[in-house]
Amino acid sequence: MSDTKPLLTVRNLSVDFPTRVGLVQAVRGLNLSVGQEKIGIVGESGSGKSMTARAILRLIPLPGRVRADELSFDGVDILRASPRQMRAIRGQRISMVMQDPKFSLNPVLTVGKQITEAYRVHHGSSESQARQRALVMLDAVRIRDPERVYRAYPHEVSGGMGQRIMIAMMLVPEPDLLIADEPTSALDVTVQLQVLAILDDLVTQRGMGLIFISHDLSLVASFCDRVVIMYSGQVMEVCDARDLQSAKHPYTRGLLQCLPKIEAGAIDLPVLERDPAWLEAHE
Amino acid sequence: MIAIEDLDISFGSGRNAVHAVRGFSAHVAANESFGLVGESGSGKSTVLRALCGLNANWTGRIVISGQNQTPRRERSFYKLVQMVFQDPYGSLHPRRTVNNILAEPVAIHRLGDADRRIDQALSDVGLNRQFRFRYPHQLSGGQRQRVAIARALILEPKILLLDEPTSALDVSVQAEVLNLLRRLRKQRNLTYILVSHDLAVVSNMCDRLAVMNHGSIVEKLTAGQLKSASPTHPYTQQLLVASKGYDRTAIDKFVDYA
Ligand SMILES: Nc1ncnc2c1ncn2[C@@H]1O[C@H](COP(=O)(O)OP(=O)(O)OP(=O)(O)O)[C@@H](O)[C@H]1O
Ligand SMILES: Nc1ncnc2c1ncn2[C@@H]1O[C@H](COP(=O)(O)OP(=O)(O)OP(=O)(O)O)[C@@H](O)[C@H]1O
Ligand SMILES: [Mg+2]
Ligand SMILES: [Mg+2]
Repeated sequence: MSDTKPLLTVRNLSVDFPTRVGLVQAVRGLNLSVGQEKIGIVGESGSGKSMTARAILRLIPLPGRVRADELSFDGVDILRASPRQMRAIRGQRISMVMQDPKFSLNPVLTVGKQITEAYRVHHGSSESQARQRALVMLDAVRIRDPERVYRAYPHEVSGGMGQRIMIAMMLVPEPDLLIADEPTSALDVTVQLQVLAILDDLVTQRGMGLIFISHDLSLVASFCDRVVIMYSGQVMEVCDARDLQSAKHPYTRGLLQCLPKIEAGAIDLPVLERDPAWLEAHE
Repeated sequence: MIAIEDLDISFGSGRNAVHAVRGFSAHVAANESFGLVGESGSGKSTVLRALCGLNANWTGRIVISGQNQTPRRERSFYKLVQMVFQDPYGSLHPRRTVNNILAEPVAIHRLGDADRRIDQALSDVGLNRQFRFRYPHQLSGGQRQRVAIARALILEPKILLLDEPTSALDVSVQAEVLNLLRRLRKQRNLTYILVSHDLAVVSNMCDRLAVMNHGSIVEKLTAGQLKSASPTHPYTQQLLVASKGYDRTAIDKFVDYA
């Protein structure tokens, strides 16, 4: 962790959804601080990773409720910020790449139009400048043939291209903190690493903070600085990424064992045996 | 079971033209599981969509279960072939409950016994009955993908086209789904074509695989060759390096194979 004051501080965060069949506690008592570093959040499906990310940007849909002892970003109290302050934070300072890339792109606008609009709003530049920048960014995220993709509509690009377009868009405002929710899950492994290298450079060169949500434990172990492991809305453990492979918590060990391996071939994979004691220990 | 010869697929015209699939040929035997890996945008989903009748603009030959396929498909085709889509968000109707999503194919194909089939399909993918009354937005990403797989299974097809079926799933659910798909293939003699960018998933699920780059197959491999890391094409070798995790120096040496 860096020694400067963290960019983002989260203390005792909870997110609840009242539903017809009772209260869903999506996040329970989560603590997190993020500086100029790469934090990974891993955990099984439904463990509350996306809801944690959305709570940070106050994007929890109704009837969801967010509570926290502290939720602050660079001195701003997120829970009490005015709608105007929030818009400024969301647009300029914290960007989020959502888990559902195509959902977040406007289907009736071309890819190029969406990136240039975002660029002009943030940098007040001319149309042709913005176009130039958009093409550079598409090229940077390894899109072959950026000119064609610039003119394409979202349904005309592949899954992985959609993800890279979202990443390019989210980097337009040059955010201080980027929250990336499964940003590269649809990319082939080489392009995935090339895109992560771009994010890595922004962290080391520009001091951006990165929250990287992923199911890919080996990727997180090799890419991030620290890893938060979530289960059922709670943090089970936090460890240095390079120590993830030797993590102690049985939940983390269980997740690691579920991974298929190239050398192992067609074997039945172990699945997680959940233990109620994992939750009690944290209550 | 599936024979594809010289499949060629293009989109658009003039300066927007894309030659997405170029001379793709592959044979998949009954009860075989065939993997498709390769570069993002290299045409994997486009191949599956053409097989499944979702894209009419192709040339070449597609033979499925002895039948020469034309671009148009009859309803009965979908009792034989089902596809699980890459994007679990776009593929589930947002205003229908899980129950309605699963009841629809049962009704269209007049299978009857909807209640039991829905329960069975949900339990096959590890979701309990309570999920029947949820809408897609009330599910996590992985839960949605399991509903999409349940929807494909409910018609008991012989051929499953699986487009990144587990890339939205966590590793435990992925293990459950892969075990399930492996077991179903054995029990019901299913034939799979599975697209994945995860070579470990392909090694776990497939007998053979094709590696695609820029619309064409660069190499075909057996699972054994993949396991022993002995592919010959440099692009496949680069994929294997990339599969080992994030390594900045290795990344700077990556090249494009166009
Ligand atoms: N609108 C909602 N109403 C009720 N429950 C919800 C709602 N949105 C999310 N949930 C529940 O909150 C829990 C946490 O969801 P979240 O999306 O954060 O999971 P996740 O860790 O991101 O999972 P995944 O890896 O599958 O994306 C899940 O159990 C989910 O079903
Ligand atoms: N409807 C369409 N109109 C125009 N171009 C399209 C359309 N569908 C696909 N393409 C183009 O065809 C190419 C192949 O796309 P496809 O979705 O098959 O790639 P993929 O191999 O599945 O990639 P990924 O791994 O990223 O999902 C891409 O260049 C894409 O832009
Ligand atoms: Mg999520
Ligand atoms: Mg695809």
